[in-house]
Amino acid sequence: MHWIAEFYRSTPGKKFVMAVTGVVLFAYVLLHMVGNLQIHLGPEELRGYVRLRYAAPGLLWTVRFVLLVAATLHVIAAVQLTVRNRGSRPVRYAVRRYREADYASRTMIFTGVAIAAFGVYHLLHMTFGSVHPEFIRSDVYHNVTSGLHVPPVSLLYVAASAVLGLHLYHGLWSVFQTLGLSSPIYDSWRRAFATVFSLVVTLGFGSVPLAVLLRTL
Amino acid sequence: MRLTLYIWRQKSTTDKGRFVKYEVENASPEMSFLEMLDMLNRQLIERGGEPVAFEHDCREGICGCCGMVINGIANGPAGGTTVCQLYMRHFKDGAVLYIEPWRSRAFPVIKDLVVDRSALDRIMQAGGFISVRTGSAPEAHTILVSKETAELAMDAAECTGCGACVAACPNGAAMLFVAAKISHLGLLPQGQPERDRRAQAMVRQMDREGFGGCSNHRECEAVCPKRISIRFIARANRDFLRASLFYSKSASGKAGATGKTKRCFEK
Amino acid sequence: MELDPRIPGGPLEEKWIRYRKTVKLISPANKRNFTVVVVGTGLAGASVAAALAELGYNVLAFCYQDSSRRAHSIAAQGGINAAKNYQNDGDSVFRLFSETVIGGDFRSREANVYRLAELSGVIIDQCVAQGVPFAREYSGYLANRSFGGSLVSRTFYCRGQTGQQLLLGAYSALCRQIGLGRVKLFPRTEMLDLVVAGGRARGIVTRDLVTGSIAAHAADAVLLATGGYANIFFLSTNAKGCNATAIWRAYRRGAGFANPCFVQVHPTCIPQSGEYQSKLTLMSESLRNDGRIWVPKRKGDTREPSEIPENERDYFLERMYASYGNLAPRDMASRAVKRVCDMGYGVGPSGRGVYLDLTEAVARLGGDLLRERYGNLFEIYERITGRDPLKAPMRIYPAPHYTMGGLWVDYGLQSTIPGLFVLGEANFSDHGANRLGASALLQGLADGYFIVPYTLGEYFAGTVLDGVSPAGRPFVDAQKEVQERVARLVAVQGRRTVDSFHRKLGALLWEHCGISRSEAGLRTAIEEIRALRREFWEDVRVPGKTTEFNQELEKAGRVADYLELAELMCRDALAREESCGCHFREEFQTSDGEPFKDDGRFCHVAVWEYMGDDREPVRHAEPLTFETVKPEDRAQYASQGYTRSRRK
Ligand SMILES: Cc1cc2nc3c(=O)[nH]c(=O)nc-3n(C[C@H](O)[C@H](O)[C@H](O)COP(=O)(O)OP(=O)(O)OC[C@H]3O[C@@H](n4cnc5c(N)ncnc54)[C@H](O)[C@@H]3O)c2cc1C
Ligand code: HEM
Ligand code: FES
Repeated sequence: MHWIAEFYRSTPGKKFVMAVTGVVLFAYVLLHMVGNLQIHLGPEELRGYVRLRYAAPGLLWTVRFVLLVAATLHVIAAVQLTVRNRGSRPVRYAVRRYREADYASRTMIFTGVAIAAFGVYHLLHMTFGSVHPEFIRSDVYHNVTSGLHVPPVSLLYVAASAVLGLHLYHGLWSVFQTLGLSSPIYDSWRRAFATVFSLVVTLGFGSVPLAVLLRTL
Repeated sequence: MRLTLYIWRQKSTTDKGRFVKYEVENASPEMSFLEMLDMLNRQLIERGGEPVAFEHDCREGICGCCGMVINGIANGPAGGTTVCQLYMRHFKDGAVLYIEPWRSRAFPVIKDLVVDRSALDRIMQAGGFISVRTGSAPEAHTILVSKETAELAMDAAECTGCGACVAACPNGAAMLFVAAKISHLGLLPQGQPERDRRAQAMVRQMDREGFGGCSNHRECEAVCPKRISIRFIARANRDFLRASLFYSKSASGKAGATGKTKRCFEK
Repeated sequence: MELDPRIPGGPLEEKWIRYRKTVKLISPANKRNFTVVVVGTGLAGASVAAALAELGYNVLAFCYQDSSRRAHSIAAQGGINAAKNYQNDGDSVFRLFSETVIGGDFRSREANVYRLAELSGVIIDQCVAQGVPFAREYSGYLANRSFGGSLVSRTFYCRGQTGQQLLLGAYSALCRQIGLGRVKLFPRTEMLDLVVAGGRARGIVTRDLVTGSIAAHAADAVLLATGGYANIFFLSTNAKGCNATAIWRAYRRGAGFANPCFVQVHPTCIPQSGEYQSKLTLMSESLRNDGRIWVPKRKGDTREPSEIPENERDYFLERMYASYGNLAPRDMASRAVKRVCDMGYGVGPSGRGVYLDLTEAVARLGGDLLRERYGNLFEIYERITGRDPLKAPMRIYPAPHYTMGGLWVDYGLQSTIPGLFVLGEANFSDHGANRLGASALLQGLADGYFIVPYTLGEYFAGTVLDGVSPAGRPFVDAQKEVQERVARLVAVQGRRTVDSFHRKLGALLWEHCGISRSEAGLRTAIEEIRALRREFWEDVRVPGKTTEFNQELEKAGRVADYLELAELMCRDALAREESCGCHFREEFQTSDGEPFKDDGRFCHVAVWEYMGDDREPVRHAEPLTFETVKPEDRAQYASQGYTRSRRK
């Protein structure tokens, strides 16, 4: 069998794919967040960011392609692993108590699926505008402020940021283990790293709908 | 002490199994958990019943025979111990305890609390060794191992193969077990020649046995009687990745042979 | 019964070399035509199975645990001896040899012991190559410790888990051979009988412990490496499953049983805390270096130790043995402890315990230093008893630990039945009347890796073996006998549990055939054992069926055999009218309580031959001659600092 297929077939192989794609997605998420934060600076600055985004269409499409591939691989591996993991214990424990596994680690598939679902909605909402009642192509500032003006929608965005934070709270810690990056020298920083960045992502993304909501209330 | 026990009773692998309630009257805090079960069994036998089957041998926490899940925690609430070294003083008088076998697809129940852990042996047979013929070893002092490395290898080597890690893992993964062995041998100079092959062979067999994958929940580490660290899982991942991505068994040093090197995982 | 030890000629140092020079060999292509049954996968069994498979033999390996890695060798803590002289402190093969002979009180065979010492070095090499993570110095070289008062540091160790690591090494070699298909492993399979055909050991009868099915396995030779039988005492440092069944059944088929009464008792174990107790745990004896041993002066004093003032304490070892004090040799210490407890001074709920008090050491050295020195022991002690040894004195009591007795074997480790080889603790070979600390692991690996692979070839090369099949007469007969016996155990349907008999047997033996033995006691014991055996077969209750996973049935078979072996132990102790090593006969002591050894009458191995259930066994003797280290020289060696017995 080809070595790539053989590698992917193993559980650590799949986890490796999850980890690498997770990092790619995380990198994008960070960029995206930094971009979104421009909105706090006002419409002009945001337009500058948007213009920058469209300045090099080749780059944009490359990024979109990489993202799509990463997301697809991440989701496929996630589903495969989860199916395997669930199947490894046909008879469940009557009583189950956890000593270390936290809420975040045990709900990765749920937070993941929620992120995916939100991602689709988000694309339809902000990129294609098909579920956006006041969508104006290429006026991002308008789309955001008007779109998040509706409290249920902005609350959904806030919730999604929190869910993403939860996913990353475990994911950003776990990824080091998966990639074999562990050393007594920096292991203690891994928890802090994951906590800080999951908070940053939650607050960074969450601040936009909150800001819109608070200003418009 | 008085205890109410709900013990998993299952006649054989094919039997469905169920919990049966037992009242234990005169347990003492000085008893080990297994001695408490001995006492229950004695009463069961004397009343004409069937004793509860559970595995045990050394009763000093080293052979790795014993193990059961007590109120949802592998080897009970004390942590870092086996059940044979778990003492009743860790429980409250009047406690209600659910006692279950290790549950995993790879560990079929044989009877009551006894499971078949031969999957772990098969993983070892696939590659958990250094291939040295008896009598062919060089003088011991020709192999130097730094104290730090020897200690770290020993940390990993302490694994007793009891299976608590599998039992505790929400995914039923055997990664801590496998990682401990890959690390123990992979850390030592003697283990280098087969390091890549070993990591691949053991992981592949682990997957074949139907264990889940590691999601880094850290439950294994929390119940391991020898407190083996999940750092070894990171190390084993590293070894496996390196082996899978860079190692080719049939790689040839001859010019012209590099074109299509078959990634070979066969023995 | 013919007892020819078949010791090769020549000077002691050359015997094994000569043997190997002249040993007959089997051609590589021919080896796979030989099938070898190996019973036991401890250090001895796993190492021999792996070594033979590497040579090309067809190996069938058996163990009763679910995995071959769980044999009781796993529990050994202290270390393994080897005469590497890495410390440049004067060690040598000769010194290890002579210490072992002296430690065994001149009741072992010189040639075997010398070979053991000679092979010790390559064993360490082999283990290191397998990846055994021995303790190291910062330089990367191997570390050693001195053990049990030896004047040289020759003990190699892996923290407090040396046995575990050595066993995992042998297990990994075995795993490799299983993976290659050269060894077929039968875990959860118990040997219940030996099959002898044409006067040779040709197979075994086993019970599959999961399904209960009884099967016969034919082979060209049978190797027993089934460990020791100290578990006969019920409370011992051995594992619950340790049994004599394999060697006992072989004895009943004609193998001589040597020195059955030689049982080593370890003085410092955690005492029994109640009637339900199932096991005694070893505490390293090194604690006696820093601890003082005492009991209250008043009988049945139930005060907390801290409330007992200094002048109401009896530091009895210091009182009785002014020169040794708390470091009195092990058998003396064990006897003294038992004596004070029997007199009613013992402490703890059972009254079977004495204090090992570290308070003075804490004051002198500080708790931190002590923790560093004994940390893991304190942890074990605290886990089991719930008490911190630095806050309150520890309680200790002696416990049966190791059996020097076992099946008789010649120099090639072959028993009196041709084709039946016995290795490890199951044989009697190297330790005489007492075993040196850290030499049992050594012996198991020497037997398995480096001795039997040669001597078995010699046997095969010199023997014409006819084909046998498990469908043949002796196999079918033996199988039927086993089936009947198993059925009989279940059929009794009495009222008492197997454990209750085992407990009672253990108490009896401990009382009369333990640390100290007397003629009257032994005679009483024999009567009581017989009565207990009758009772067992009338009143034991084995629930469940024979054709299923049935742990009570497993135990019942083992205890039934123990009930027979116990009698032989007492007979042997009775017949040995002297005190030597672990064996202390109250009638044979000097006026100051020192053991009286009778080299004139008893410098031999006692070998028992089974004559049938209704006839008394016959005692044979293999005379022992000492050419290199002589019993007369003992005083001289003692003055060089050897103490008589030491071990983990
Ligand atoms: C607590 C403790 C500490 C010790 N510490 C030391 C030490 O520090 N240094 C030292 O040198 N020695 C020490 N010893 C002694 C040493 O560990 C043993 O003597 C030695 O390991 C015995 O090895 P073995 O291979 O002969 O038998 P074991 O390791 O006991 O193996 C017996 C094997 O036989 C199998 N078996 C038994 N009966 C049957 C049957 N009927 N059918 C099928 N299979 C069967 C078992 O499954 C097992 O695989 C210690 C012993 C104990 C108990
Ligand atoms: C922005 C999007 C996402 C990011 C940044 C992200 C990031 C990560 C990271 C870093 C990990 C850790 C990988 C490891 O443990 O090595 C991870 C694990 C995981 N992700 Fe995502 N993820 C995202 C979307 C999703 C989606 C859409 C799913 C959906 C199905 C998902 C499901 C999972 C699961 C199940 C795991 C745990 C796998 C395991 O440990 O077994 N993730 N993710
Ligand atoms: S019985 Fe050996 S570890 Fe518990």
